[in-house]
Amino acid sequence: MKSLGSIRRDFAPWNDPNAKPYIQFENVTKRFGDFTAVNNLSLTIFEREFFALLGASGCGKSTLLRMLAGFEEPSAGRILLDGQDLRGIPPYRRPVNMMFQSYALFPHMTVENNIAFGLKQDGMAKSDIEKRVAEMLKLVKLEQFAKRKPHQLSGGQRQRVALARSVAKRPKVLLLDEPLGALDKKLREETQFELMDLQQELGLTFVVVTHDQEEAMTMADRIAIMDKGEVMQVATPAEVYEAPGSRFVAGFVGNVNMFEGKVARGEAGAASIDAGNGITIRTENAGDAAAGATVAFAIRPEKIKVSSKKPADAVNAIEGEVYDIAYLGDMTVYHIKLDDGHVVRASAMNAARITEDPLTWNDRAWVSFRPDAGVVLTR
Amino acid sequence: MSNAVTAVSASPAANDGKSVPARLGEAFVGRLVIIIPYLWLLFFFLVPFIIVFKISLSQTAIAMPPYTPVLDFRDGISGFFAGFGELNFDNYAWLTQDALYVNAYVSSVIIAAISTLLTLLVGYPIAYGMARAPAAIRPTLLMLVILPFWTSFLIRVYAWIGILKPEGLLNQLLLSTGIISQPLIILNTYTAIFIGIVYSYLPFMVLPLYSALEKMDHSLIEAAKDLGCPPTSAFWKITFPLSLPGVIAGCLLVFIPAVGEFVIPDLLGGSQTLMIGKTLWNEFFANRDWPVSSAVAVILLLLLIVPIMLFQRAQARAQEQDR
Repeated sequence: MKSLGSIRRDFAPWNDPNAKPYIQFENVTKRFGDFTAVNNLSLTIFEREFFALLGASGCGKSTLLRMLAGFEEPSAGRILLDGQDLRGIPPYRRPVNMMFQSYALFPHMTVENNIAFGLKQDGMAKSDIEKRVAEMLKLVKLEQFAKRKPHQLSGGQRQRVALARSVAKRPKVLLLDEPLGALDKKLREETQFELMDLQQELGLTFVVVTHDQEEAMTMADRIAIMDKGEVMQVATPAEVYEAPGSRFVAGFVGNVNMFEGKVARGEAGAASIDAGNGITIRTENAGDAAAGATVAFAIRPEKIKVSSKKPADAVNAIEGEVYDIAYLGDMTVYHIKLDDGHVVRASAMNAARITEDPLTWNDRAWVSFRPDAGVVLTR
Repeated sequence: MSNAVTAVSASPAANDGKSVPARLGEAFVGRLVIIIPYLWLLFFFLVPFIIVFKISLSQTAIAMPPYTPVLDFRDGISGFFAGFGELNFDNYAWLTQDALYVNAYVSSVIIAAISTLLTLLVGYPIAYGMARAPAAIRPTLLMLVILPFWTSFLIRVYAWIGILKPEGLLNQLLLSTGIISQPLIILNTYTAIFIGIVYSYLPFMVLPLYSALEKMDHSLIEAAKDLGCPPTSAFWKITFPLSLPGVIAGCLLVFIPAVGEFVIPDLLGGSQTLMIGKTLWNEFFANRDWPVSSAVAVILLLLLIVPIMLFQRAQARAQEQDR
């Protein structure tokens, strides 16, 4: 299998065995009473990386961020930042700043005083503070709002003030807790790109917590997918999508079709899987799955082709019936009910305005895919 | 101002598809709701105040009631207007001539101010603790603050006599533990008045403080710490300024009634302490000089209008910010 790299092609310190880790979680556990929020978690983040912690609510991602900021101390394990153990260092002495989900702007201070707050704490000279605040206001394009109070701003403007305030001190690491959660969809998409540009421009390490997979996929160099206080997989967005490490990750990120079955061993990573009811899937991505093992074959909807006739050259082709069609404009999503009752989701780009092979409800149809289109998941 | 408010409230109504008469009907009900408390104030505050003011302009007399009639209709309308000629402000002049009154006013304001500050010092930590307590026990804590109101105010102040008197509970406790060898003289001093006012008015301080502190977003404190601000400094830069509306409301709710307080100085302060409420009572009941005591009351009200107006402004500003 080809290596699936980062979007920034020249930036992949995680593949370099000599790269120095910047943030290290070493066997970190955090318990609140009986509840274990983070369970024996180890994670390495590199300098200048845009790292996303992705998971459903309650998976421990926010707790992880709050431990890094210093609002919570780990119950066990340790956290290192640039080689320094952070244990016992209070939040106000950590070279880390956080952008809060609620923005937490000080309502009694103007925008410029909000941004200057952290700088004043550092005892920076007044003229330097003014210069830095002006610079930050320019960065987030809020120059004309300097004298306003937070309640006189729109949601998007508040988000920018929160961002400016958290980067004003040039922290070693910027922590972002659901930074775009309160914005509407269109603004969220714009801001995603702005955040990426900002991270490049400032050369900071960003750790962002989000429950929105699209957000994580768009912005992050690497994503850690979390569940029940544990990291399920750490990988680039492309790897997470195309080569998920487990059934959970495959199901959590994007849409997927899964076939459970037994491996009949082929040669050199290739295998055929007996998915029952006469369905046999041939794949080249069997990895190290042992013969006879029960595995899941996972395939993304856009890698499945739907046709009314059986394609002549297809290695994998299964017959079924059109159960549902959703026309989304740019693409069409088909739900095909296979003869064993299994429903397969397939999507097709509407590249041409009119398809030559129109399918409609209850038509007999074939789903087909190449042997390298899916992956075999043993976990 | 009222035009602006009407315009704002009318514009959403204009969109909800209601007919014009329905909207006028709503406006009428709205006015009616406002009119009722105003009528109440008119009959039970403004009218009695005018009567008091009228009495303050008359002279004391051995009669029933004990003052010369002034501005009434006993002699018809013409008598009423003729009465204007007889009005005099002698009683007000008298208040400035006798140092007793000026001293009593000044002393009342100072006692009320010190008591207010003490109440704030005691009340703030209580309110802060309540606001930071687990959400589940906050209603209980709130209940405990209000609980003293279930007993008569007078009885509670009397109870303090039992605690503070030379052979009272406090002295017994301190003597038996050997902390002091002579009983402390607290009753019938200004200290007793401070204790009484702080105790009695504490809930009026705690409740507005609590409501200001409780609605504060805790992430603001975290944000301050995150930006390099140690906890104590975060309190003075974030928590305290944001609780100022509560501080102002609480202070005025204590200060305003404390200035005119009568029961506490009378029961706990003894004869040596000077407060305007007591002076007024003496003038009215002991001297039976209704006109002078009315003048005292009118001046007291004028004195308190300033802090009351400050209170109103602070309230309006707090509401503005909440929006």
